[in-house]
Parts: sequence; C-alpha cells; structure tokens
Amino acid sequence: MTDRVLIEGSEAMARAAVSAGCRFFTGYPMTPFTELLEHMASLLPEVDGVCMNAESELEAVGMAWGAATTGHLAATGSTGQGLSLMQESLSEITNARLPLVVFNMARGQGDYFQATRGGGHGDYRHIVLAPMDLPEAVELTRLAFELASRWRTPVMVLGDYYLAHTYQAVSAPSIEGAAPEVPDWALNGSSGGSGSAKIISPLGGGTDGEEGFDLGAHYAACAAHIQEMSAGVDPLIDIGFCEDAELVVAAYGSVGKFVRYACLRLRDAGHRVGYVRPITLWPFPSEAVYDAVTGSAKVAVYEQNMGQMVDDVRLATMGAVPVEFIGGPSWDHSGFGIGPDINVPDISERILEALK
Amino acid sequence: MSPDTPGSTVTVRGTVVIDVEACKGCDLCIDACPPRVLEMTDHEVNTRGYRYPRLLAGCTGCQACAQICPDFVFQVYKYDTPLELPADPETGQ
Amino acid sequence: MTDERIYLSTDTPPAEPAALVDDFTPTLITQANHHLCPGCGEPIAIRAAMEAVEELELAQSTITVFGIGCYTAFAHNLDVEVVQALHGRAPSVATGIKRMLPDGFVVTVQGDGDMVNEGLQEVLHAVARGENITCLLLNNGVFGETGGQMTTTTTLGQRTKTSIEGRDPHQHGHPILLSDLATTMDGAAYVARCAVNNAGNVARTKRYITRAYESQMAGAGFSLVEILTMCPTGWFVDTLEGPDYLQDTLAPVHNIGELKTP
Repeated sequence: MTDRVLIEGSEAMARAAVSAGCRFFTGYPMTPFTELLEHMASLLPEVDGVCMNAESELEAVGMAWGAATTGHLAATGSTGQGLSLMQESLSEITNARLPLVVFNMARGQGDYFQATRGGGHGDYRHIVLAPMDLPEAVELTRLAFELASRWRTPVMVLGDYYLAHTYQAVSAPSIEGAAPEVPDWALNGSSGGSGSAKIISPLGGGTDGEEGFDLGAHYAACAAHIQEMSAGVDPLIDIGFCEDAELVVAAYGSVGKFVRYACLRLRDAGHRVGYVRPITLWPFPSEAVYDAVTGSAKVAVYEQNMGQMVDDVRLATMGAVPVEFIGGPSWDHSGFGIGPDINVPDISERILEALK
Repeated sequence: MSPDTPGSTVTVRGTVVIDVEACKGCDLCIDACPPRVLEMTDHEVNTRGYRYPRLLAGCTGCQACAQICPDFVFQVYKYDTPLELPADPETGQ
Repeated sequence: MTDERIYLSTDTPPAEPAALVDDFTPTLITQANHHLCPGCGEPIAIRAAMEAVEELELAQSTITVFGIGCYTAFAHNLDVEVVQALHGRAPSVATGIKRMLPDGFVVTVQGDGDMVNEGLQEVLHAVARGENITCLLLNNGVFGETGGQMTTTTTLGQRTKTSIEGRDPHQHGHPILLSDLATTMDGAAYVARCAVNNAGNVARTKRYITRAYESQMAGAGFSLVEILTMCPTGWFVDTLEGPDYLQDTLAPVHNIGELKTP
C-alpha cells in the first residue's frame, strides 16, 4: 500500500484490480462505468497487461471469456443495461467454470435482482460484493479476484454512480508486483497432439459418453459447485447497534452508508435503531441478519428501487420479525445516479415513521 | 489388348480399406473416384442400414475417396509395385 | 449383373507390399464416428483444417474456438485445445485468447448462421481490427442444426424452411457475401472462398486453409477461409445431388477463389 491519495472510485477500483493481478480488461463506454475502462486502459500497459475498448458489450464479455481461458486474471463490466447484453455469456462462462470479475457501476439500486438471481438464463449464481465507499471498494475488488480464482467462477462487484465518481482519500494499492501463476487447467495450445487435448466448454469437457461429453453429469457438477460456494464463501456483513434495537434498518452499497449515518444520528437522539448492511449479496448473510434482528420488533429495508433486497431480508428473518419496505425508486434528472430522496433527513424521517 | 478382349488385365496402383460400418451411404465417393472403381451395393447394407461402396480393379491410390468422405471410411494404400489384375468383364476395368 | 463383377477385398490392409498414404482420420481427429448427416460437407472441411494444422506442425500451439452448429460435435472429437463459444461469439473469444497469447495459433470454426447472422458484428469488427486470427466459415446457406432455415447467405431463389417458395428479395432481402465484404476492409490480410463438393475443390480448400494459416503465422492480420459445404438434409436433396446443388445454387453467388492475399 502506498500513501494516501485523493482519487475517484473508478481509479481506486482499477488500481485494486491491477494490484490483485488482473492483466486483461475490456469494456464498452457507458455511464457511470466509462472511467473504470479509461483507468484500466492507462494502467494495464504499465504492467504488460491488455485493455481492449470492445466494439460492443457483447464482444467485451466474449473477449474476457477468451482471456480467462488462458488462465490470466480477466475482468469486464458495464452498467446495468450493458450487463443485460452480457447475460447469455455470463451464464455460460459460469458453466465453463472460468474465473472472471464483472463490475456493475449501476445506475441506482435496481440491479439487485440481476446481480443476485443470475440475470441470464439457467440456474446459476454469482458471488456478489457490494462496497459502500472507496476503501471498501478497494478491499472488495481485491477479494473479488481472489474468490474468482479460488472458486473458478464469475464474481460481481456491484457499485454505482456515487462509488465510481466520488473522490475520496484512500491508500492507493500499488500496481507493482507479479500477477498470480497461470493455473493447470488453462489453455495455451500445448496439450494439442497429446491424445487428450484440453477443452473448456459450458457443456463440460473430456471424452465421456457417446457424444464426447456428459451434459447431465456436467450440470449436476455445476449445481453441486453452486451449493459448495453457498456454504463455503464467507458471508460479509456490517452490523451496528442491533443488540438493543427496537428497529433494525437494512440497506446495501453507497445507500447503506447514508443509512448507517442516519442510524448513528438517530441513536445520538435517543432512538433505539440498529442497522445491518449486507456486503456479500450472494451468498446473502442470512444467518447474521437473523441473529441481528431477532431481538427487535421490526426490520425496515431501505433501498433505491421497488423492493428487491427486501425479499432476501424476508427470507433471512423467516417470519421471526415483521419486515417493512421503506425505500423506493428515486431518480436524478439524468437517470444515472442516486436520486434526491437519498439524503439523511429523508431517510431519517422514514426510519422514524417505521419506529412508530 | 483392348479392354473388351476377354482375359485382359488392368494396372492397379493402389487399394483401399473400407470401414463398412462407418459408412452412411452418401454416394459422394462414387463420383469422386477418377478411375470410377467404387460401386455402391444395391441391397446389401451395414448394421446401421446404409449401403456401402465396394472396390473394382483399377485404383490409383489418389486418395480422392478419403478426402471427400464425410465419415472417414477409407484408408488408402499405394502398392510398392503396381499389380496386374483381371479386368472386369462388364466394364473392362 | 453384380454377380459377375469382381470386387476386391477391402476388409484388411493389402498383403502385397504397400505404403499407407491416407489413414482413416488425420491424427488430430480422435473420434471418426459422428452424428452429422450422410453427405454432409462439414467433416470434409474439418478434416482439411486439421490436416493443415498437422502439416504446419501447429498442434501444440493451436487453440480452436467453436461456434454453434452441426460442426460443434467436432469440438469433442479433436486433439487440439478447444474453447466452446456461443452462437456468433467465437471471434471475440478468439480475440481475448490471441491478445493474451500472442504466440498462440487461434482458429475459429463457425457456420454461416453463426458467423454471418448472429455474429456478423463480431467477425466484421475482428476483420477491421486486423485481429491476427484465422476464421473458418463453413457455409451451406442454411441453419443446418435447427433443420434448414434461411440464413443471411441463402441465395435468391433458394428454398429453405423459412423461404419455402424460394428466397425473394422483396420479402427476405439479399444474401450477404461475407468473404467479399471482408476484402473491402484494410484489416483483412488473406480472404479466400472454396468448396468441398468434389476432390479437386477439396484439394483447393486444403491449399487455401494452409495459406490462411501461414498468413497468421506471419502476423499479417485477419485471415478468413469460407468453405462452401453440402447440406443435403437442409437443401431437401439426395446426398448424391449435394455436390451439384452446391455448384448450381451457392457457387454462382458465393464465388470461389482467393479474394485477397497479403
């Protein structure tokens, strides 16, 4: 880690990615993701990496797919709409068991379902990490690459306009240092002519079965792997003031930071409120949420959408405590960012209303 | 000797091994063979129900059949010394 | 009359001294048995592609990227490294591989529905970039795997399941001649079109593929070999008529020849 610098979130995440060993990045300009692509374009050549300004999001995820097969750490990203375009490939990359980090610099909080339910076809899940500010984004970006490699799966870093464009003083990660070694399963041509050349395919590999692959067995293995990740990935959560809370407020991402601050001020004013801020949105920290809320009378979920994470909170509490949705969509005039409702007085009012 | 003379021979420079079970009866080899020495069976079929080619005398070992076959049915050999085989009574080949 | 024909023994190798000049499959095709239709041209093209890899001694640096079509079956039958991509998406996957492994030898195998319909954008961008990969386009003028529907390369008048009266320009538009389109772009180094409907054309196909590979080895830019293949099932014709149908229906529109060389 170097000295603290004042940089924007996009640059912080780019530096974190390169410091984690990312050597291939690709994307298509789209607000508020564009600067992440620009920073990667300027950083990667310094470490002999490759950054491609793909001609479309569809091609971006394809290039990242190809790069990932070579065993080098690869990443791509966009905002929600661009990720919609990438979904077929993201689903298949998951079945091909490839590591990949995907950044969603979302326009608001409407992409929670897309991120956590697997926005594409088929029954798959991605690990999803939701930072609330720049220091956390740096940490979680590095964790994303580690998890992607370890589990051979796509991992999403779910940010937003605020995160991408806010300037904050952070310890900028150093981009010097070697990338991790290329794993054994990676391709480089050399197993050709050996009698058992490697194949990386969403349908499975090898030469089992009459067709040369056993689709049923492969999908069963993929499903088992999802279960393993669900149990094996450490769920991360930020919890405060829940021991004696009457009301616990749940929120995530940048919005979670506002909610946390609102709770802090309300505590100072004598209200018994607590908060839970899930950081791994998948696997959702259900047990920790349950433990944090069972002592209280009610849970209020605040998010900038029509109610998405509230479903997971309801599932986690399993009816032990009533769950109320106190969020809602809120747009700024550009449609890109956090809307006017995301301010501490407004949030506090809704929390107080829920306390009644 | 003319080809019509009974007892005439034809020079054979090559031969093939035909994997009858691999054949799907597509007929492409028949037209591809320059000396036209491949002929499909009429009624005999392999275990999958497909007719398959048989070889007459006159193969040159040119590999056209192997190159055109979609099912990898042929192995092609070239004799060290060309053989002289009896010509076919019907075609003279 | 067949009783009088003298058929020679073809069960086993000859007893007389002879050299094996062509084995059942090239070394790099490990599984000869496949479920593609009788008379299909695609295995012929794949054979030529793999023979050329062998002859140029590229087996240990080759990574093939397969699109989705009938030919996808071969992804599991080859002894070269394979990445299975989605319909139309092989060029971008190939790009990611080549950029990270510049010394690798990257070849895509795609059909016309895959490359010229779903993936037209991808391949044209790869051409424009002069991406140093080789794309093989197996063009039979139909979507074979889904039963014979019209693609962007189907010719005017050609009968398919979605142009049952024959392709009509007013209703269905005109075919795209992908190789010709590629030659107009500066990033294209080698572009050629050939066919596998007769032995002479198969030999030419092998020659063009070899030249395309050599152009990639020389780092010349993007190389494309479009190979017209028979699809008697998709064309509603007998297997024996496939070669002539190709010559009469596809070849007059998608002209055979070397269209651009480095």
